[in-house]
Amino acid sequence: MILNIFTDIHNLLLGLMSAKAVHITELVLIGVAYLGIFAVLGLFLVWLERRVAGFFQLRLGPNRVGPSGLFQTIADALKLVSKELTGTVKADKQLYKIAPYFVITTALMAMALIPFSQEIQAFDINIGVFFLISVSSIGVLGIFLAGWSSNNKYSLIGGMRTGIQMISYELSVGMAVVTMVVLAGTLQISEIVELQKSGWFIFTGHIPAIIAFMIFMIAGTAESNRVPFDLVEAESELGAGFHTEYSGMRFAYYFLAEFVNMFIIASIAVVLFFGGWLSPFGITDAIPFAGLFWFTVKVIAVIFIFMWFRWTFPRFRIDQLLTLEWKYLLPINMVNIVLMALMVWLGLTF
Amino acid sequence: MERIIFYIISVLMIVFAVMAVTNRNIMRSIIYLLFVLIGIAGIYFMIEFYFLGAVQLTVYAGGIIVLYVNSVMLVEKINTPLPSVVWWRKLLAGSLSIFGIVLTLFAIWSYNFVKIAESQTKDTSINEVGKALLNYGDRGFILPFEVISILLLAAMVGAIVIAKTNKPQENNELK
Repeated sequence: MILNIFTDIHNLLLGLMSAKAVHITELVLIGVAYLGIFAVLGLFLVWLERRVAGFFQLRLGPNRVGPSGLFQTIADALKLVSKELTGTVKADKQLYKIAPYFVITTALMAMALIPFSQEIQAFDINIGVFFLISVSSIGVLGIFLAGWSSNNKYSLIGGMRTGIQMISYELSVGMAVVTMVVLAGTLQISEIVELQKSGWFIFTGHIPAIIAFMIFMIAGTAESNRVPFDLVEAESELGAGFHTEYSGMRFAYYFLAEFVNMFIIASIAVVLFFGGWLSPFGITDAIPFAGLFWFTVKVIAVIFIFMWFRWTFPRFRIDQLLTLEWKYLLPINMVNIVLMALMVWLGLTF
Repeated sequence: MERIIFYIISVLMIVFAVMAVTNRNIMRSIIYLLFVLIGIAGIYFMIEFYFLGAVQLTVYAGGIIVLYVNSVMLVEKINTPLPSVVWWRKLLAGSLSIFGIVLTLFAIWSYNFVKIAESQTKDTSINEVGKALLNYGDRGFILPFEVISILLLAAMVGAIVIAKTNKPQENNELK
């Protein structure tokens, strides 16, 4: 069904222009579509966060603009677009201006690999998961540069904390992913999902998979700089952390990218542990669009867990954060990889 | 199409490489260097050698550049340009670069390239890369792999030794 729409568009374009031009037009169209998804997703997740916060704190949250306040974040975004872009005189202007684009570009590149359904995936390469991790490792630079080029001590401290935190927790994310790759035997995202038709990896991998999932969730929260690991922009200590000096749309870029990164982390978790776009027990295999539905439901469920964390745990101190990573998560992770390899070797997986 | 992209990437890489060397602000130089390294990764992706492209992004862009940025953040203040370079160093570096360019161009032009058909290009899967890395037979890379792991271990031990303090009173304070 979805594939039919795509082939229809393809044929329509072929009727209008030459094959080469169609190729370029389609690339542009896909890019624009992903930019649209990026913006809508970011705004939706901000709304969801505020509603969930309201739910946890026994209040309503945004409820005036549109049905259930759904258009509140669009109104906020319009306000941010119309705001003046202020900056400091002594900032390193060039780096200050390009810093937000690092975060946005890497988030967009990572989005290209996410399988929304069996048909909808822009870039399905044989090193899928590895590419996701390598791209997300560049995103740190945007925060680093923002912190340094603002020429503000709060920004600088925020930037330094980011560096320490994200470089440390990247290890845990990577090793949790490697644990699941040992089970899957491939890095290609579409293949990883296909392999789970006989059972989601969290069930087939049982004990090591569940440990890997827990580590992935903790490290993923830290990677997307969310509470309880939001030392980067700890409001009570650093003003707004690395984006203290940013206003208007440049601030909105960081804000949107944070939520889109959360979506990406949740998507990786869904692909690796919960069978991607597969329906539970294959109940809706025949229905078109079902893959998109199941993928969205699962991702939102994982995102809800992230938001649950946010309103449950208090913020860590920086030394507690590093102790957690280097003294607990990393050794557990290493043992877990060996355990998983042993189980795959002995055929103890389901 | 591919040819145009190749030329765009190459020109950008050369421009950014020159800017990285000539800029007086060290943080900007690092960012220009980052663009050069991403350009190299782009060329790997263009020839569909995705694994090497991703390794380039992880190791150079995500690892080494982040390390550079981190250390510069610790030592350098904003708006402090580097001191200008002594003339003989400029001369030495320039002549060495020109010598390198001439040598490379001479090697490329004198080599007799054989054009291969499209079908002969091999799709390198990650499984093959992994098997080649841990293979001790013919065309195996187990020895370099192990030597590099020993080198990394030595570097880690060295870092711990440097970072560790021998003063007993400080250790007591930490407890």
